[in-house]
Amino acid sequence: MDFQWAVVLEALPSLWQGAQLSLYIASVGLAGGIVLGALAGTCRAYGHPLLNVLTQCYIELIRGTPMVVQVMFVYFALPQLLGVRVDPLDAAIFAITINSSAYLAEVVRGALLSVGVGLRNAGLALGLPFYKVVYYILGPVAFRRLIAPLGNQCIISLKDTSLFIVIGVGELTRQGQEIMASNFRAIEIWSAVALFYLLMTGSLTLILRLIEKRMPIL
Amino acid sequence: MLKNRFTSLVLAAIVSIATLSPVHAAQRELVIATDTAFIPFEFKQGGSYVGFDLDLWDAIAKEAGLDYRFQAMDFAGIIPGLQTNNIDAALAGIAINDVRKRVIDFSDPYYNSGLTAIVPIDSKINSIEELNGKRIAAKTGTATVDWIKKNLKPSELRLFPNIDNAYMELRAGGVDAAMHDTPNVLYYIKSAGAGKVKTVGQPTSGDQYGIAFAKGSPLVGPVNAALKAIKADGRYAAIYKKWFDTAPPL
Repeated sequence: MDFQWAVVLEALPSLWQGAQLSLYIASVGLAGGIVLGALAGTCRAYGHPLLNVLTQCYIELIRGTPMVVQVMFVYFALPQLLGVRVDPLDAAIFAITINSSAYLAEVVRGALLSVGVGLRNAGLALGLPFYKVVYYILGPVAFRRLIAPLGNQCIISLKDTSLFIVIGVGELTRQGQEIMASNFRAIEIWSAVALFYLLMTGSLTLILRLIEKRMPIL
Repeated sequence: MLKNRFTSLVLAAIVSIATLSPVHAAQRELVIATDTAFIPFEFKQGGSYVGFDLDLWDAIAKEAGLDYRFQAMDFAGIIPGLQTNNIDAALAGIAINDVRKRVIDFSDPYYNSGLTAIVPIDSKINSIEELNGKRIAAKTGTATVDWIKKNLKPSELRLFPNIDNAYMELRAGGVDAAMHDTPNVLYYIKSAGAGKVKTVGQPTSGDQYGIAFAKGSPLVGPVNAALKAIKADGRYAAIYKKWFDTAPPL
């Protein structure tokens, strides 16, 4: 088998651009997903029964369908229903947002409920309204507990951006595909793409480890 | 201290979402979809997209006075994209056929093509008929698939999202033959497939590529007029020569 590793050097600028776009989609999507997930998780942990059921339906719907199907729906079907044209990048970010929010909701709910009931009762005994108990007492403690699963979700979402080749977003995997379609060097290019992903997720893991060290997990 | 950190994290997340909510300026430029994995019609070279289709559209748009931008898209998503009005037009070496004409509109033909099958260099297959009962690889959603289903009875038809996947499958021995549009197959034989694959039988012909539009699109008329003008004054011939090294057939 003849390998031409030189094609990797030629491909590096495009792959780097793709990697930047992957990072961009993942980070913006996760920012939205974290906020939405935190809200949903808190609803699920402490909310009104009706709100609880609605949130549960949302979570089940998003967790129960593959992300490829979700993004195709957002990009092809939603425009027809609403009559507006959706940019592929927006569809991708939106898909990551709702997908990560569904998983993170369960993570947040678990973290909140895992805090000892004693702290909650102490806060209430002090006369704090319940939302303040959640925000000032339970929240920070739960936060330390959800860092590890949150890191998990960040890595998952970063790799899930590779699914957006189906709507033509020029992220890392698609750049690799396009390069391979013109030079037919699959093994070399796929190796380079895998290496890029490893570098990105590796850096994420390092950052998460740093954060964990600064916040001793209770 | 922990309380402040928690608050600031939450605020940062909210701010980043707020600033990144999509605000679209009115888009008057057309969105033209291309499948950028189809050499030599549209493909990536260095850091940019080049190809026969892209040059042709550029000339047509200049002639018809249209503003546009290219949108890379998976081939299988192009026709749904036109049906849902997500894109205004598409150039991806799209073969004109009746099945497609039912759901989208085409411009006048701009390229005559055909299909070619390739097999490994040491294969015993010598004609297209011998492909019956064999495993064939092709690209999802292409006219090749329709042709194979109508004219051949392969034992297995394996579809891939991109044609270079199908070529890899051929080289790996997972299929006995791969079939695709002639220009792309010839390019593969000249480049990475040199000495490893060979064509089998004569290429079929009769396929014509057209620019695809949504059904009832107002663009079809102006684009056809521009295409005629380009063919008449030699610009088409120049683009054709640049990509295919020969003069276009009359």
